[in-house]
Amino acid sequence: MTTLPASTQKKLGLVIDLDTCVGCHACVINCKEWNTSGYGTALSDQDPYGANPVGSWLNRIHTFEVTPMAHQSKPKGQGVGEVIGTAGEARVVHFPKSCLHCEDAPCVTVCPTGASYKREEDGIVLVDEDKCIGCGLCAWSCAYGAREMDQAEGVMKKCTLCVDRIYNEEMEEIDRQPACVRTCPAGARHFGDFADPESNVSVLVKERGGFDLMPEQGNKPVNKYLPPRARTDLGVNSAFAAPVETTDDAGGVLGWIDRALSGSTRSKGAN
Amino acid sequence: MHPALSVIAFTTFSGAGYGLAFVLALGHGNPGALSTKIGWFVALAMIAGGLLSSTLHLGNPQRAWRALSQWRSSWLSREGVMAILTFIPLTLLAAMSIFADSFNLALGYIGAIMCMITVYCTAMIYASLRTIPQWHTNWTPACYLAFSVTSGTFIYLAFFGREAGSDSNNVWVYLALVFLVVAWLIKYFWAKNALAAGYGASTMESATGLGNIGKVRLLERPHAMGNYLTNEMAFRVARKHLNKMGWIEVALGVALPIVLLLLSLLVGSGLAGFLQVLATISLMAGLFVERWLFFAVAKHAVGLYYGGEEALVPAE
Repeated sequence: MTTLPASTQKKLGLVIDLDTCVGCHACVINCKEWNTSGYGTALSDQDPYGANPVGSWLNRIHTFEVTPMAHQSKPKGQGVGEVIGTAGEARVVHFPKSCLHCEDAPCVTVCPTGASYKREEDGIVLVDEDKCIGCGLCAWSCAYGAREMDQAEGVMKKCTLCVDRIYNEEMEEIDRQPACVRTCPAGARHFGDFADPESNVSVLVKERGGFDLMPEQGNKPVNKYLPPRARTDLGVNSAFAAPVETTDDAGGVLGWIDRALSGSTRSKGAN
Repeated sequence: MHPALSVIAFTTFSGAGYGLAFVLALGHGNPGALSTKIGWFVALAMIAGGLLSSTLHLGNPQRAWRALSQWRSSWLSREGVMAILTFIPLTLLAAMSIFADSFNLALGYIGAIMCMITVYCTAMIYASLRTIPQWHTNWTPACYLAFSVTSGTFIYLAFFGREAGSDSNNVWVYLALVFLVVAWLIKYFWAKNALAAGYGASTMESATGLGNIGKVRLLERPHAMGNYLTNEMAFRVARKHLNKMGWIEVALGVALPIVLLLLSLLVGSGLAGFLQVLATISLMAGLFVERWLFFAVAKHAVGLYYGGEEALVPAE
């Protein structure tokens, strides 16, 4: 059934910390590795060793440059303490993106076959690949680019929130989380239940001001993103801005070495 | 959006087929006349051909029957269901004309209404997508319905071209001209909205949530090469030739059909019928370009993750 459940018992999803992510792509690789041999058909690549390789990925990292405008930050050099940015100086933000398991998921309702569905018990959005005709309409309806058609199998692939890991009792408990979360060396990805206000993910969102991507699209995404933290302004008073060290007071052997190596560049005052 | 040839062919041909069936189902054309019998056959062939062509872009067409199951929520499913149901009155009406030289007006009204509902469902597949502001407007179903009736009327006219010069033929020429002007007027409002819509309310700032820090620009794409998303949704080759295609659209779809129909009124019988056939062919070619541009101008929100307006998408 492609009608959405009125509510789900759990709201499983991810919190992605844009401050902590270093853009190493480990989550991208581990996602591909786990899911190419897990749920559904393999994630195929076309022309993988050729000039124009393409393939199906369920998680990709984009890298953005954010340049604060004058009205959004302190002017250069006048900042003291923590600021979100300095006018004109770009911050680089690595941006992992996978399915957000939306509460109002348009990819589910547009599906003509019932292959796409949202689970009533935990809110995970899945594709039953045996029913998928590969029309691609769900990918058109997704604002986040979370669904990619597998070019070898002609069925739609998407993040399963590693449904074959998180409930897998054959695994050690520490491994019962999505592959991307388990592998992230920076701890930038967190997995949990948003329906529980005391869960790790709910607390993170509350404390760090977690936000939705494109709320204006009306999809009510479950996954949340944490903004980059404020940073210490490097302004004029910082160590990096201090004048070049002076050797004017060097005497003895060191002074002789300094004079011999500096030649005429050594300031007159020390002679 | 990437303009898939199979989908363009499907929407133009089945649209025109439903338009022709709409005209015939309203009781126009003597059911015993050969032109009416051929007309019914052509209408059904265009509808069926369009539907078959639409299955060509599926990854697994052998499971297409499953698409009939989710009519409660999916416009694509509704379209499939309506297309099959509409075959019932249309096939009956066609059989009555072809084998019995007869017609039933009640059945005709039912068929005509179902034709328009099916075209409406096709349009709503596109109009219901929030991700594409160019399509997500009431002008989209209005365009599909108007072009369906207009192209159907033109084809009807072309079939009865041998009666050209008669009063009854002239009435259809006037009707075709009125439909044509109204349809393109609706299309003008669609295009005006589409060209101004951009990415709608979404921006690279809202897509990343980083707008409170500053202006967002894509520094690096996730992978060096293109992918399904950039090929399918951030397609730019089409957009590159927008202006030229726009002129071809207006020349083939508007100017030439009007000139040819007016000429046919002047010259009267014989040659007039030929001119009306030419006008119909020109309109259909123009509608092909119109449908191509419908995809080409559409901007999908996912483009914002690939650089938005300055997206660098390799032209595969």
